[in-house]
Amino acid sequence: MLDSLEAKVDTAVAAQPQTETQTGAARVARVANRPAVVEVRGLRYSYPGGFPALRGVDLALAPGEKVALVGPNGAGKSTLLLHLNGILRGGEGEVRIAGLPVSQENLGRIRALVGLVFQNPDDQLFSPTVFEDVAFGPLYMGLEEPEVRRRVNEALAAVHMQGYGSRMPHRLSLGERKRVSIATVLAMEPAVLALDEPSSGLDPRSRRALIRLLRELPQAMLVAAHDMHLVRDLLPRTVILDAGLLVADGPTSEILRDRHLLEEHGLEAP
Amino acid sequence: MSFLALEERFQEGRSLLHRLEARAKLLIALAFIFAATLTPTGRWEALGGLAILLAAGVALGGLSPLLVLRRSALALPFVLAAVPLLFTREGDALFSVPILAWRWTATDAGLEAVLTILLKSWLSVSAAVVLTATTPATDLLRALRGLHAPRVIVATVSFMYRYIFVIGEEAQRLMRARQCRSAVVGRGSGGSVRWRARVLGNMVGSLFIRSYERAERIYDAMRSRGYDGELKSLAVTSLRRVDYVALAIVFGLLAALETYARLSGG
Repeated sequence: MLDSLEAKVDTAVAAQPQTETQTGAARVARVANRPAVVEVRGLRYSYPGGFPALRGVDLALAPGEKVALVGPNGAGKSTLLLHLNGILRGGEGEVRIAGLPVSQENLGRIRALVGLVFQNPDDQLFSPTVFEDVAFGPLYMGLEEPEVRRRVNEALAAVHMQGYGSRMPHRLSLGERKRVSIATVLAMEPAVLALDEPSSGLDPRSRRALIRLLRELPQAMLVAAHDMHLVRDLLPRTVILDAGLLVADGPTSEILRDRHLLEEHGLEAP
Repeated sequence: MSFLALEERFQEGRSLLHRLEARAKLLIALAFIFAATLTPTGRWEALGGLAILLAAGVALGGLSPLLVLRRSALALPFVLAAVPLLFTREGDALFSVPILAWRWTATDAGLEAVLTILLKSWLSVSAAVVLTATTPATDLLRALRGLHAPRVIVATVSFMYRYIFVIGEEAQRLMRARQCRSAVVGRGSGGSVRWRARVLGNMVGSLFIRSYERAERIYDAMRSRGYDGELKSLAVTSLRRVDYVALAIVFGLLAALETYARLSGG
């Protein structure tokens, strides 16, 4: 699946004229030496009421690349994630997923490509049973029933939750609910995972298990996180978002060493 | 906070009733309730027959009769609505009581009507109790879908079932936070009724706003996975032979009871 994506992305990138605003994203894509599966260019967004949440963001992710999105509360992390699959639109700038611009007519395909997992599993899991919840995405992709069932079983196996299909979400532990939340988007076989605070509220053991699980997954990831241990252990690249602007972008090890930079943006080293 | 202690209605078990398909059980319970409702006033043999059927259900479901009795007590307050019938039906006078400057005379026909309604409503509620005690709520929802109940209603009930526990826990946290901050030394804890009402009002309001915000996040989560306003669901498995046999037996018994009740009534 990723190979065919790369082919699609190749043609999309080749067709792009190089303009001033694209250089940031284009540079990152070149650094990774592979065409980008996520491209964000000059993204600006203000919430109704005028609060500017994003003030010009450029970001590119190569297929399979795992990137941490860190920054203080209110920096715009969740707003950025919600732009990846078009839940929020209507600002300036451009978001492309695997070469497809995020627009009304592409929404169906975009949402199958980007697996967005919300911070609170009680928001993510809205069905009476685990099985029905994991089946929700594949059903809306218009897949046939045997394929839906195959994907549900595979996704539950991928998060080590086989046999939990008939369980009710409110009967699961928080760690289990987080795993099922990830399964709900894995069943859509996305190319990108956008995770909002995946480790929040987890005890150390569940957190380690979650990190191991996320490491096993081949998808590109953009992970909004306050948990710097998770950032250090899982995500080789880090971008810092503060007040709607990307203020740093580089290898996690370098960024975590720069205590001055971290402090300046309300963060701390693990 | 007993009213927040949400308990699961389903009782784990491997009985015959537990193993019956949810749609079959739902249809049986509905037919039973219809039969109880349609039984003419004062046909005690028919109502007794229904009670025997119900007892058989309790036994086949491996349920404790006490549990069913306790839960079916839910029906009792509604019987109050039937009490005026005692005095308004024409018939032979039994006794009379003075209320508000009138003498109200109870009649035998009125007594018959009230007792019939009492029995009917208790039988109906008990049937529902047996159904929910032997069928997981998630299976019941699927059964409703399988019987082509309107999708919007099934979806609404599904959300309610999924989130009643979440919201219940939220309410519990709010209560606890209030208790933590309303430590009063000595008597008169909690302040005046008015003050308490205001605190409760604030809590209900805050609970509503939290639920409303949650609803928006859930809607975003649904859209993120492709929800487009149309309600879709997986197909439901088909009924087995044992389900059809159970349906046929109960429907036959109910039809016989009702026919007898009408014929014997002349």
